[in-house]
Amino acid sequence: MTEFKEDRLFDARGLLCPMPVVKTAKEMKTLQAGQVLKVLATDRGAIADFPAWSEDTGNPLLHSAEESGSLVFWFRKGGREGA
Amino acid sequence: MLNEAIVESPSFAEADVRRIVREEIERAARQDRAASKACIIASKGTLDWAYPPFILGAAAAAAGMDTSIFFTFYGLNLITKGYSKRIQVSPTGNPAMPMPVPMADLFAGLPGMKTVATSMMKSKFKNRGVVSIQELIDACRESGVRLIACEMTVAVFGFRHSDFIEGVEFAGAGAYLSEARRAHVTLFI
Repeated sequence: MTEFKEDRLFDARGLLCPMPVVKTAKEMKTLQAGQVLKVLATDRGAIADFPAWSEDTGNPLLHSAEESGSLVFWFRKGGREGA
Repeated sequence: MLNEAIVESPSFAEADVRRIVREEIERAARQDRAASKACIIASKGTLDWAYPPFILGAAAAAAGMDTSIFFTFYGLNLITKGYSKRIQVSPTGNPAMPMPVPMADLFAGLPGMKTVATSMMKSKFKNRGVVSIQELIDACRESGVRLIACEMTVAVFGFRHSDFIEGVEFAGAGAYLSEARRAHVTLFI
């Protein structure tokens, strides 16, 4: 299985639309460009919402998977590294 | 050095054209500021209709959009102090609202039915883990969504500026249109 070393983990399990995206966006603000945020979610809407959010915000979705009942997403914080 | 065989192959040309077109569209989208601007009108003040403007407002802000919600008519109530505690939904005139037993409109309008319908809907949302209206309002404010009250209806319904939650701005149709014409996302809810 593909694994990415995350710099921070955000647990959005149990949250429903729009909160997974709203809180992930807030969490992403605390990261530096190039760092990786791993997000756990249970809202099935996240399957469509996170790729769209990733594209809109320029934080690339590196990988997504389903692990023991949770959806897992890895995002890389966009922007210039060190900026 | 380009391999001529590859350059001449139709698949190369097609892939190349697709890539160039995609890059150009993306470049144009990045320069198009209207693509990252959302203007929503919230005109209703019931529990059910309070959700869409705040959900979309919070999601738009999370997606990096410059977002404003204009509150007019009954929607004004949504941004008055303490309203999320008083907010209700009525089964009257709403045949699509699920009720525990089939009910004629006449009964749906009986005293107390609004309270029953409101607590039913609130517990349904809560049991599913949907956030409350207050939490959505907080998420919107925290993420910089502008909350704007329509000055004319504020006056018509006898509200005072002090009735509104902190941070609410006041404006009119002209201000809304000036914002909306610069936004690709405009919604009337």
